[in-house]
Amino acid sequence: MSSTTTAPPAAAPSKEDRRGLADLWLRSPTLGPLIALAIAVVIFSLTSSTFMNIDNMSLVLQQTIVIATLALGQTLVILTAGIDLANAAIMVLGSLLFAKLAAQGQPPLLALVAGFAVCTVIGAVSGALVTRLKLPPFIVTLGLLTVVTALGRLYSDGNSWPVTSDLLGYLGKGSYLFGQFYVTPGMFVMLAMFGIVWYALSHTAWGKHVYAVGNDEEAARLTGIHVRQTLFSVYVVAGLIYAVAAWQALGRIPNADPNAFQTGNLDSITAVVIGGTSLFGGRGGVWGTLVGALIVAVLRSGLTQAGIDSLYQDVATGLLVIAAVAFDQWARRRAL
Amino acid sequence: MSSTLRTVCASAAIVTIAATACTSTKSTDSSGSGATGSAAGGTVKVGLVTKTDTNPYFVKLRDSAKAEAQKQNAELIALAGKFDGDNEGQVAAIENLVQQGVKGILITPSNSTGILGALKKAKDAGIVVIALDTETDPKDAVDATYATNNVTAGELQGKYVKATLGVTAPKIIMMDGTAGGTVDEMRHRGFLQGIGVAEGSPQIVGKANTNGDQNKAQAAMENLLQRSTDVNAVYTINEPAARGAYAAISAKNLQSKITMASIDGGCQGVQDVKDGKYLATVMQFPKKMAEQGVDAVVKFAKDGSKPSGFQDTGAQVISDKPVAGLDIKDTAWGLQNCWG
Repeated sequence: MSSTTTAPPAAAPSKEDRRGLADLWLRSPTLGPLIALAIAVVIFSLTSSTFMNIDNMSLVLQQTIVIATLALGQTLVILTAGIDLANAAIMVLGSLLFAKLAAQGQPPLLALVAGFAVCTVIGAVSGALVTRLKLPPFIVTLGLLTVVTALGRLYSDGNSWPVTSDLLGYLGKGSYLFGQFYVTPGMFVMLAMFGIVWYALSHTAWGKHVYAVGNDEEAARLTGIHVRQTLFSVYVVAGLIYAVAAWQALGRIPNADPNAFQTGNLDSITAVVIGGTSLFGGRGGVWGTLVGALIVAVLRSGLTQAGIDSLYQDVATGLLVIAAVAFDQWARRRAL
Repeated sequence: MSSTLRTVCASAAIVTIAATACTSTKSTDSSGSGATGSAAGGTVKVGLVTKTDTNPYFVKLRDSAKAEAQKQNAELIALAGKFDGDNEGQVAAIENLVQQGVKGILITPSNSTGILGALKKAKDAGIVVIALDTETDPKDAVDATYATNNVTAGELQGKYVKATLGVTAPKIIMMDGTAGGTVDEMRHRGFLQGIGVAEGSPQIVGKANTNGDQNKAQAAMENLLQRSTDVNAVYTINEPAARGAYAAISAKNLQSKITMASIDGGCQGVQDVKDGKYLATVMQFPKKMAEQGVDAVVKFAKDGSKPSGFQDTGAQVISDKPVAGLDIKDTAWGLQNCWG
């Protein structure tokens, strides 16, 4: 478990070498996804002359923002061995609140505050159902997925609501750096949020509690951690993060559509899993998730530019998820 | 153990029934099979089963049917699937309507083949069955179909783009819907016929499945434009896909170079045409489908004559930039006749 030597390159890997690799994987779960990302970038740079452009790098980053932000909240929930199926529905409801309130003449700032409040409250409802009623997160968020999706459609009358307010579209309005790289405020907001959550997870008592609860709830309780409070706070913070994702989404397309992001929940889980966070909780981190979201966007971009049909892109993404989890399982078995 | 199982089954059944009942807009008292007898009290019961009850298109269809039924002194019972592709939900809705003794069933089939068995049972019970919006496969699984001819709609879209391009050879990006979808395939095929380009031709610079989702369409268009901006024509399966494509096109400042058209005739789509985001959209008429459907059922209840065949409810090009050789209505007309 605590071997510090890394595996030397050998012709035929011995059992110790493989254990070393598994150990390395467990200690730095971001490494595998980073290598996969690097390989994908190199391959697409070689196969397509348009991939490795500065403006394409900007596009890939812009395409990553919304799903990565959703996946940031998802990472917190999955670290506690939970799952959030309702995150994209909460985000869509938030974006509809922003857009419709503003369209009805409310000040955009007020619309923003209202949307943030509602998303956070829904997060608190998930947290309360999980901690107070002791329901499995899968069931709670499956139910909320249906409820929140319906609420969004009722609230929007099934219509989409265009946004004209500068504030609501602010995160997508950028300018060109180095002539070609379109840089948006949304990119900085995304990176800042990943930085903040990373800091909270790795440098605060709260973060250690989140990992402890995810590793073994009973053990965490016995060491005096307030398990219920920790879990509840995770869902509240996640709800707040989904509100930011909603704001980011309006920066991408200034139009809130109740039918958008129908697979956003699964896309965010995909990013988390490819990013090396374990679905069993307690292991993983936010940078892996960012890399996971980038991998999916890079695959879409590179395969599209190589002229490959969208359905094969889905096949590639799905296989990557299975490979990531298989590798995770293998590493756990080896190291234990 | 077995009693626990029974409780679980019973609660599951109750939940299912409750869920089905909730989607009904009007509850009825009797559950007897009155299909063969004449409707008690003189009111004709008309059943409507849409793909979902959330999409504004189906909401318009339902509301129009309700208004027409009221006018004809008939009773409309509207049910719906939970999502596009919910065959089980539609089958349950059909069975439910047969139980309630409706004279006719109007249905927008989610999957054209998934509900054939239930439709046959309804027909065998002496109920007239009419498909709205989408044909069944085979077509004679229903008595009649009132729908947009989606090949024609796509063709109009293609012809408009071709007329706008003039002598310039088209270089096309296609924002498709869902792979394998009946309507998706028909519009795609119609567009290519209208613009005069063969499937698989190198003039199709790129295509992607968008599932009619604005964000998927945006990312797909961004990636395709990254490959080449040498494009002058864009096909979109519906207006959300056009909205996403526009976001990508305008970010590259290519609006003036590219002729984009869409299909559907939703009010926001028409507004987008008016705002100059794309040049034209082809409008469908769910109101006509619903009205003609209700009328046919009421007529059947009165004199026993069944409707038959395919009734094209029409497709209308909406644009503020008319082209020669096509019947075009402007966006002012479009905003008066749009749905949603």
